[in-house]
Amino acid sequence: MTADRHAAAAARVAHEDLLIFINAAFACTGQREFYSDGHRQTVAIGFLHEYIRGNYRRLYARALAAGINDYNRARIIVELLTHARGLDPDERAREGALIAAALAELPPPRAYRALRALKERRINNRRTRAIIGEYLAQRRDLAFDAVKYRGKVRALSRHAHLALPGELPRFLTRGWRERRYQAPLLEAFRQAHYSREAIYELPYTIAEGLAARMGIDRARFLERIAPKMSAAERLRLQRSAAREGVAIDLDLASAPPTRLALYVLGLPLEERRARLAELDAAMAASARRVLERTPLRLGRIACVLDRSYSSAGSSEKSRRPLAVALAARYLLRAAADEVDERWAPRTPEHPLLVTPRGQTDLATPLLDALDGRPELVVVVSDGADNDPPGAAGLVLRTFRERLDPARATDLIHVNPVFEATELGPRALDAAAPTLGIRDAEDLPTLLAFARFTDGRLGLAELEGLLERRASAMIERYRRRRDRGRAPASAPASEGSEEAGG
Amino acid sequence: MSAPTLGGLALTGLRPAPAQAFGAIRLIPLIRDHVPGDIRITTRAYDAATTLVGLEGDADAPTTAYYGYIPHGIVVEWERGGQPVAALGTTLGPRKHLERQARPVQLLHRMVKREDRKRLRLLPLHLALEGYLALHFGGPSVAWSEYSREALRRGLSPRIERVHHGAAIAGLADALRLFEIHEGQVGVLLLVGDALAAATVVPHPDDYRALHRTLLEDLYGELLVHYGLYCDELGELQAPIDPASLGSLAALRQAIAGRRESWRELSELLAAGILDRPLRWQSVYRAGPFHLRRFIGALDPSADNHIGEAITRADGTLEYLKTFRLSAAQVRRAYLLEQLAAAEWSLDRCAEALEISRAALIQRLRGAGFGYLFKAHVC
Repeated sequence: MTADRHAAAAARVAHEDLLIFINAAFACTGQREFYSDGHRQTVAIGFLHEYIRGNYRRLYARALAAGINDYNRARIIVELLTHARGLDPDERAREGALIAAALAELPPPRAYRALRALKERRINNRRTRAIIGEYLAQRRDLAFDAVKYRGKVRALSRHAHLALPGELPRFLTRGWRERRYQAPLLEAFRQAHYSREAIYELPYTIAEGLAARMGIDRARFLERIAPKMSAAERLRLQRSAAREGVAIDLDLASAPPTRLALYVLGLPLEERRARLAELDAAMAASARRVLERTPLRLGRIACVLDRSYSSAGSSEKSRRPLAVALAARYLLRAAADEVDERWAPRTPEHPLLVTPRGQTDLATPLLDALDGRPELVVVVSDGADNDPPGAAGLVLRTFRERLDPARATDLIHVNPVFEATELGPRALDAAAPTLGIRDAEDLPTLLAFARFTDGRLGLAELEGLLERRASAMIERYRRRRDRGRAPASAPASEGSEEAGG
Repeated sequence: MSAPTLGGLALTGLRPAPAQAFGAIRLIPLIRDHVPGDIRITTRAYDAATTLVGLEGDADAPTTAYYGYIPHGIVVEWERGGQPVAALGTTLGPRKHLERQARPVQLLHRMVKREDRKRLRLLPLHLALEGYLALHFGGPSVAWSEYSREALRRGLSPRIERVHHGAAIAGLADALRLFEIHEGQVGVLLLVGDALAAATVVPHPDDYRALHRTLLEDLYGELLVHYGLYCDELGELQAPIDPASLGSLAALRQAIAGRRESWRELSELLAAGILDRPLRWQSVYRAGPFHLRRFIGALDPSADNHIGEAITRADGTLEYLKTFRLSAAQVRRAYLLEQLAAAEWSLDRCAEALEISRAALIQRLRGAGFGYLFKAHVC
């Protein structure tokens, strides 16, 4: 009897711990937030990683597939590879496959940085070398990576004793001092140190430094390098290019909604007003595109979006909370049949003309939203409710306990801010599960996790979900890798076969 | 400047909103629902490390002067007949007045100076502080033998007080950065460890937004610096509402409205130091319907005492307010001077009034820093 009770208590604790971790891992990136500095954030998330890894290693590895943000995925990979003693072989193989799949899904700069962190921590064992080898082997154009991430690729190839194919070893050691390269990109890199023309063959970030060294006019440089820019770079450089009088082609709708929202919020109000129709269409199209990938169907819902001054974020996460709210608004519009949209403290004239301003009065819009008795209420806020303090929590609690005990209306609080002292996003009240978020695109995934947070589903179901997602991620990765490998015999290093083991 | 009058301060035309607390600091926003816009203020930054303000005498050769670190002044502009005005520096026109050369020591003439037909420059808080320092500045009115020749000839000069920059209060800079300014907010009650540290009111919400960060540059007494260190976290001021008592959304709405409303009482309670106690007012300047006055609290050593300055409209609306909480030592000093002056500077009579021995009184005066008034052999 007692053994059963202990097991149940242990399961409950494990369940809570895991949810705290997953919640934190959705929101936290170790950067400074409005209410707390970067150091506290790093310490808090570092503690969570070590604690979960030490106690629930199996689920910690599965969390790679939970849809958490890139910062935390990279961190999990480094943690797993750093502490690998005493694993049983099956689990080791599964972890290896998960790490390989997760690495391939990370943006390359972050994946390379994670792998280089292994070098810095002096982690060099057979498994780590195999994983580095496999990562490089599955890259589509290693020569491109060798140019764009030259320092990192060189560090990795040395660290993992890799025999890279073709001219790459020579390129990584001799660089532009070599006499001649056969591969066009490598040759362009060499020539760019002597010729102004060759610069424009290179990736933007590399070309930028060389252009500055040669004193090439910025406007002229931007105009000519534009075709080589990545989508994110195009969006990022829109405004600085406009200052130089250069227009960089960009399909706004192709950007993810949160990125696009950040771009829109960075524009001056007059420009937003002038381009309202264009920006609105782009946001809507971008949101639809997300929903095509991760379907979400909602009925009659209401959303309460926080635009108070604290949604201005910090110098490191400028305007992110507000951008998440704005992007969530477009996603919910695209996903639901009917949306009752309310902003706190005051609904702006048009959502795209929103600015972070005023106090956080969530109670009033929340009450207005609940008046309509929707099926679901989504609150996007940092949870720092101050007009009056705690009023939103009171509304949620009273509504859940007294006015809607049958749960006809679901309540969800989505929070883009990780609160270091609470080891998670700040909750308004336990009546509404609080979910951390970094990109509004994760909203469909998050809604799936909401059922665990409010206690309706337990540890077994959570494990099941993570396991299924992990299998799907590995499957996805293997298919993509094999497809890439089938037509041409891609460079495969020795270690790649045993990456899982 | 006319003779002082008595009376409390009223936050007429202002509505307190729920406070925001950060560590030891609690900020209560004051909101103005009706903004006529016919009076505006703006700050003028001064670069000088020391400022000398001539109080009496010619502009370039003052006979009485006030020295201090004055990071900024305030410029008030008004219009008769309720016409809106723009804050200085936001209008097109010559900027001669705004741009001044940085000097190691800056000379200003008068605490309050009319610069144009409808423009007034004043040095916030220093105006009030000067009123405090000038208390019985003239020194003994009767030449009792205990007082030194210097004290009889020059009075209390030089009269020195030490105050702290806002940055000395732990957490104040963060609290001001994190505070979310309300729509229509024109003022704030600043509490450190739930003791009223300062009250600020300006005429227009835009002026407040511009001035919010200058609260950090203001003066604070040393007591508040200690309060900031002793107190880490402030308690809840309102009792929690029990959800069981609320049967409908309407009741919930009402409960929250009531909670918001109760901030009026709460803030009046917290600001009792300036609202409930009699203050001694002194008229400084009149301009159209506006009246600039400064005040000093009752100087009661057992209570908190505030000094400050205010502009009120003819109908009693508070348009501008800045207050400074005197530290206990400062209150004690002013209290002793008052008692001494009331006894016509006679040490024996004063000691009798205070029910202490003459030696103890002299000890207290020396301890308060007034030893320089007496001849060396007096004890």
